[in-house]
Amino acid sequence: MTQHLPSPPTIDTALANRLKRNYSSPRTLFDGGMTVVACVCVAIALVPLAAVLFYLFFQGAARFGPDLFNQLAPAPNEKGGGLGNALIGTLLTVSIGSAIAVPSGIAAAIFLSEFSKGTRLASWIGFFTNVLSGVPSIVVGAFIYAIIVIPTGKSAIAGGMALAILMLPTIVRTSTESLDLVPVEMRQASVGLGATRFQMVSRVVLPAAFPAILTGVMLAVARASGETAPLIFTAGANAYWSTDVQKPMDTLSVLIYKFAAGSDVNQQQLAWAGSLLLVLMVLAASIMSKLVVKRK
Amino acid sequence: MASSPNRSIEPMQRDRTAVARFLDDSFVWVTGIFAVLIAFVLIAIALRVALDARPAIEKFGLSFLLETRWSENAQEFHALPQIYGTLVSAFLSLLIAVPIGVGVAIFLSEDFIPDRLKQPVIFLIELLAAIPSVVYGLWGIFVLIPILQAGGTSIYKTLGWLPIFSTPPSTRGMYVAVIVLSIMILPIITAISRDALIAVPNELRQAAYGLGATRWETILKVILPTAFSGIVGGVMLALGRAMGETMAVTMVIGDATTVNASLFAKGSTVSSLLANKFGEAEGLQTSSLMYATLILLVLTLLVNVLAQVIVRRANKI
Repeated sequence: MTQHLPSPPTIDTALANRLKRNYSSPRTLFDGGMTVVACVCVAIALVPLAAVLFYLFFQGAARFGPDLFNQLAPAPNEKGGGLGNALIGTLLTVSIGSAIAVPSGIAAAIFLSEFSKGTRLASWIGFFTNVLSGVPSIVVGAFIYAIIVIPTGKSAIAGGMALAILMLPTIVRTSTESLDLVPVEMRQASVGLGATRFQMVSRVVLPAAFPAILTGVMLAVARASGETAPLIFTAGANAYWSTDVQKPMDTLSVLIYKFAAGSDVNQQQLAWAGSLLLVLMVLAASIMSKLVVKRK
Repeated sequence: MASSPNRSIEPMQRDRTAVARFLDDSFVWVTGIFAVLIAFVLIAIALRVALDARPAIEKFGLSFLLETRWSENAQEFHALPQIYGTLVSAFLSLLIAVPIGVGVAIFLSEDFIPDRLKQPVIFLIELLAAIPSVVYGLWGIFVLIPILQAGGTSIYKTLGWLPIFSTPPSTRGMYVAVIVLSIMILPIITAISRDALIAVPNELRQAAYGLGATRWETILKVILPTAFSGIVGGVMLALGRAMGETMAVTMVIGDATTVNASLFAKGSTVSSLLANKFGEAEGLQTSSLMYATLILLVLTLLVNVLAQVIVRRANKI
């Protein structure tokens, strides 16, 4: 380093040396050591992810075939089988949840982003949304148990309602963020052309924000498909094919829970395959949302 | 409220018919109702749970929190072991996840690696949060427990005289729950700490470097103190998540209804109690479960509200 400095013979070499980094000084060693610690932290954080994904593919791939989708879940000591009825259950409960949470969530986001931005009301609702997303899913399950299951029994509708409450905060938050990204000039232009507020929102703002809202919804749906705790005692269990949403229904996540707790190897294999399916869904939703954000 | 929105973009209403104006106003009102519905849902959850818990609250009062017996035959329901388990598992998982999570956040916010390499790592850490709880439970049972039990056995042999390691590791137990929880809350800590670290003005870094501080002196003495409140907010959110986490914990903790100081012993949490008992509960037991739910709700609400306040204040700075 010193050779780059202008070095007339009169300069104080001790001073010049002070500009050099002393590689054996405690400060430098501490700096290097902490960098290593930070790298180790990243490695420790990524090991579980790698281990989970590895085992999912390793254990789950074996049963990943057509049978997984079109066979009934097996009883203990039964051979073969799949998760067909549970897949239908998950599809129905998540659809019910989405049918409730998506329109109301987007409507709330429209109000927060278009009609009340910056007001105290919007700030409070944002606060409630965040707090609601922190309510444990099992508490939501208990609530639905109290208001729906006790009077009418376990059903796919009850499960779907629980999922709707869990999806709502995610949808409101991602949709509000998506709507906020739409340039204010587009709103001004549409109003300048004589649009009502409804026309402005439905013909200009929503279409512009649509891809981002869609990915938020997809993420919420993917997360809801993996929810288990609120479904155990709301959607219930049903060992047979059923599409009656007023009756109890097996769901993918609840079956994984049950099969994992049992000692039947065949069921455990299916639990791994079902988990792989869930994670692939989440993975796909996450990657797609990344791509959409990047395109913006 | 909604009819006189506080916005600069206000369509000219003069030339519209009364019907058109009414429809447009109702659109605003309808969206407003859905927005207020969110707050309503939260309040409804709290009220309904509290209402259904009332018989148990009246019968057991505070002894619910202080005694250990949960017996259907005797109609005696107390939840000390579960509350103990919830608090211990949540705090111990923070003990593991906070240093690692903040370390990862520092690594991903300061310029250790180029941005092109950072993005995939950030994505992978986020993915940890996206994996369903029940999948962690399955993985915990079949992959983590054999590993941890082997490790735990050797700890028991050498450090068995310590109360927290005083029983031989059982297949399921508190220690497994703590590890699984710390994996699950790490992404939250990392994400929010990273936001807080990125928000630290660059001038502070430059000033520290200019004074001759090394990179880590800058991080430890300037950047972390500045971002501290944001990081605390993230830790609080993670604490709330850890206390409410159900499936993974239920699957690996072992469902024992005693308080045991040893981490290698089986335990239970409020959420695992709910997951195990709600399905077939009746009468007073259901009410007692609602009491437990209420306690869990109050704990997580407190933590979450505090976290929101801290994060909001940190973002304002």
